Amino acid sequence: MSKDKLVLVGNGMAGVRTLEELLKLAPDKYDITVFGDEPYGNYNRILLSPVLSGEKTIDQIMLNDLEWYEQNGITLHRGKKVVRIDRTRRCVIAEDGTTAEYDRLLLATGSSPFIIPVPGHHMEGVLGFRDIGDVDSMLAISKQYRRAAVIGGGLLGLEAANGLLQQGMDVTVVHLLDTLMERQLDKTAASMLQRTLEERGLKFKMEAETEAILGEQRVEGLRFKDGSQLEADLVVMAVGIRPNIELAREAGLHCERGIVVNDTLQTFDPRIYAVGECVQHRGVTYGLVAPLFEQARVCANHLAEYGIGHYEGSVTSTKLKVTGIDLFSAGDFTGGEDTEAIVMHDASAGIYKKIVLKDNRVEGAVLYGDTVDGAWYFQLLRDGTDISEIRDQLLFGQAHLGDSGHGGENAAASLPDDAEVCGCNGVTKGDIVKAIVEKGLFTLDEVRAHTKASASCGSCTGLVEQILADTVGGDYSAAPQTQPMCGCTDYSHDDVRNTIRQDHLTTIRAVMKTLDWRTPDGCSSCRPALNYYLLAAWPEEAQDDPQSRFINERAHANIQKDGTYSVVPRMWGGVTSPAELRAIADIAEQFEVPLLKVTGGQRIDMFGIKKEDLPAVWSELNKAGMVSGHAYGKSLRTVKTCVGSEWCRFGTQDSTGLGIKIEKMTWGSWTPHKFKIAVSGCPRNCAEATIKDLGVVCVDSGYELHIGGNGGVKVRAADPLCKVATEEEALEYCGAFLQLYREEARYLERTAPWLERVGLAWIKENLVEDEARRKALYQRFLQAQKIAQKDPWAQIAGDRQESGRFAPIKIVTDA
Amino acid sequence: MSEWVEVGSLEQIPRLGSRIVQTGKGDIALFRTSRDEIFAVRDACPHKQGPLSQGIVHGNVVTCPLHSWEIDLSSGEALPPDEGCTNTFATRVEKGVVLINLASL
Repeated sequence: MSKDKLVLVGNGMAGVRTLEELLKLAPDKYDITVFGDEPYGNYNRILLSPVLSGEKTIDQIMLNDLEWYEQNGITLHRGKKVVRIDRTRRCVIAEDGTTAEYDRLLLATGSSPFIIPVPGHHMEGVLGFRDIGDVDSMLAISKQYRRAAVIGGGLLGLEAANGLLQQGMDVTVVHLLDTLMERQLDKTAASMLQRTLEERGLKFKMEAETEAILGEQRVEGLRFKDGSQLEADLVVMAVGIRPNIELAREAGLHCERGIVVNDTLQTFDPRIYAVGECVQHRGVTYGLVAPLFEQARVCANHLAEYGIGHYEGSVTSTKLKVTGIDLFSAGDFTGGEDTEAIVMHDASAGIYKKIVLKDNRVEGAVLYGDTVDGAWYFQLLRDGTDISEIRDQLLFGQAHLGDSGHGGENAAASLPDDAEVCGCNGVTKGDIVKAIVEKGLFTLDEVRAHTKASASCGSCTGLVEQILADTVGGDYSAAPQTQPMCGCTDYSHDDVRNTIRQDHLTTIRAVMKTLDWRTPDGCSSCRPALNYYLLAAWPEEAQDDPQSRFINERAHANIQKDGTYSVVPRMWGGVTSPAELRAIADIAEQFEVPLLKVTGGQRIDMFGIKKEDLPAVWSELNKAGMVSGHAYGKSLRTVKTCVGSEWCRFGTQDSTGLGIKIEKMTWGSWTPHKFKIAVSGCPRNCAEATIKDLGVVCVDSGYELHIGGNGGVKVRAADPLCKVATEEEALEYCGAFLQLYREEARYLERTAPWLERVGLAWIKENLVEDEARRKALYQRFLQAQKIAQKDPWAQIAGDRQESGRFAPIKIVTDA
Repeated sequence: MSEWVEVGSLEQIPRLGSRIVQTGKGDIALFRTSRDEIFAVRDACPHKQGPLSQGIVHGNVVTCPLHSWEIDLSSGEALPPDEGCTNTFATRVEKGVVLINLASL
């Protein structure tokens, strides 16, 4: 069978990124031909500024060299401009007569700098700032001449001006308005920026409208509307870009400002797709790179005929690539009548932060001088997170929310190469930069996959994003708000869970079939999630699939680095007895357990047990009356208690007794992530209940309930939920909260981030204000527990076939 | 010793699961895929010697339980971007009995 023909017009970042995504999904689907009017492979246009300023070379910004096209069997016509599309014969024709037929055509013609049509704009020495050719011309001129004028005080203009300044030129920026970068900055930040740039030697002529470019054959200066003049040997026009739509328009495709495309990036001719700066989607054209990458992903998805991705537009952020100036802006930072702003301005330290809020959600942000939290604010903006809980600390940044790992770490650019960024995996800044440059990485996910930085606990994510942005020149990780569950599907966690409920799906196979999973068996991230969602939705019907569980939940013990396991028997409320301790001691001796250790959750952990011994160890523990402590599961872990009113002179209630009741009610339940409970007998809080997923603090008049706390990577104190008068109520709230979490949180989302995502107010609405809903949740929890509360240890130890699987299938002695 | 060794019946290995063959020169992990293909690799991840037999099997790949490296069961190679390789052993199934070739052990 012959392959379909795909032709790409435009050898730039958007088009080639689409090809890369397509090759990942369907490497053999198309014969691909690429036309590019520049004589190079694909390069990172965003990094032209550092090339102009001499901080990078052309080679360093190449993304796909000619070898890449060869290796992927792509025919590249470089330096050939396509002049016509013949839609009837389905072919494109280049200036030199080269033609190529297509079954699918992808237009990525990009944009051109807008040249103001003032008299003299054709003169020698008047340039745009768009491609390698422009940079080469500027560099050549900077060696012979001294005075430069840059028209346009936006992002591109300032970067060009800074580059020319670095090349030794005397540079004046001419700007129509009184505010630099008015699309990204408010007046305060803009004036701080202007002052800094003036200190570096840039000159500004603000509120000046160019009337004519002066000179005979080559440019000699500018004249403005007010009659004043400026001498210049080089004029760079950086007043905006215009989508290149002529080719599409002449072929009869519907164009407005850009080539109009739908949510699947198709033009009005469904065989023809378009991506990048040349397109207009839902009325918007984009000139930044992150949206192009999102478009590329969706477009590739359709070209590969996986057809369920949708592009719904992008929220963008910008960063100025001028070394030593930290500036970040995102979203709507000007605000309006229904918005409010939180502002911090320290002029002498050169720091300005403004966050615009609407209904307790971040609408926009401008940061100057300290941009370390830019990625975090942008994340809050994209996710629409309710920030009412952290509002008073928002301006101080993520580190002040209790991130113990990297608090106070600042400015990725100033870190030395040997600074350790990821403490979990021992990855330095140098490792990360090297991987980004050598492997051509663009997104946080790619950096994680290649370097493992921020792939474990995630506390250095912000720093890694900053290093990425510094190295490639922008935030490319602007993922759509709904992330797909994993590489096997484009559906999000929420989509999958809703389908399981609505279509009454009860097996993993059925979910994969209904939602057209791309892989036959899923992968190690989606299968455990699917297994959980099925069990949570249909506790009485769905069958647990052990092979879709992480090993700890399959072996009902915790795997250790040497392949042995640790075993934790349950001790209700942390209370034990001489008989239990004696049994544990005997078993430890019998099986030569190398280490016994008391855990943070008030249990005893038996380390170094061989897998084949597990069923026998469990059997012995069962005989002494102990069951699995589920110390290994995404499940109820422990209920930690202090001794309370039975013994303590300060105790107000029987915290130990209540803890045991709660544990007897909740043990054995599977949850999206691990779930820890504690009960303290008085506000001294010796059981540390306020850093637990659910904490009860006893007071004289009743029980205070706290939710969403945790220790660990990021310490988070729990939020007070409500106060109740009786143990019965405490139990009801506890079961209802667990059930709400089980039904609503995404797999592997702990209560703390879940609570921050949905908001405390929403949880209160469901649990405190709506009594009927609370009681229904509680009943559903108790119902599910009837099935879940079976000791897995006794089940396996008592089943000869099951326990047999813990031993080798064969022992070969003579090998 | 002969190269091919009988290790047990196909049914003894759970689908999308694994069993271990213990030898004097280390463990070998036997995997059964959803299509009932049997693969055998040295039970040690090229990264930090994690027991691959304890990982989640999907397609012809197992995900190591320690740090989630993905190993192709037919070649023993780590999937990119990770780099590394573990030994593989030939297997065959005859009348429901699984045999493994230990010549390269």
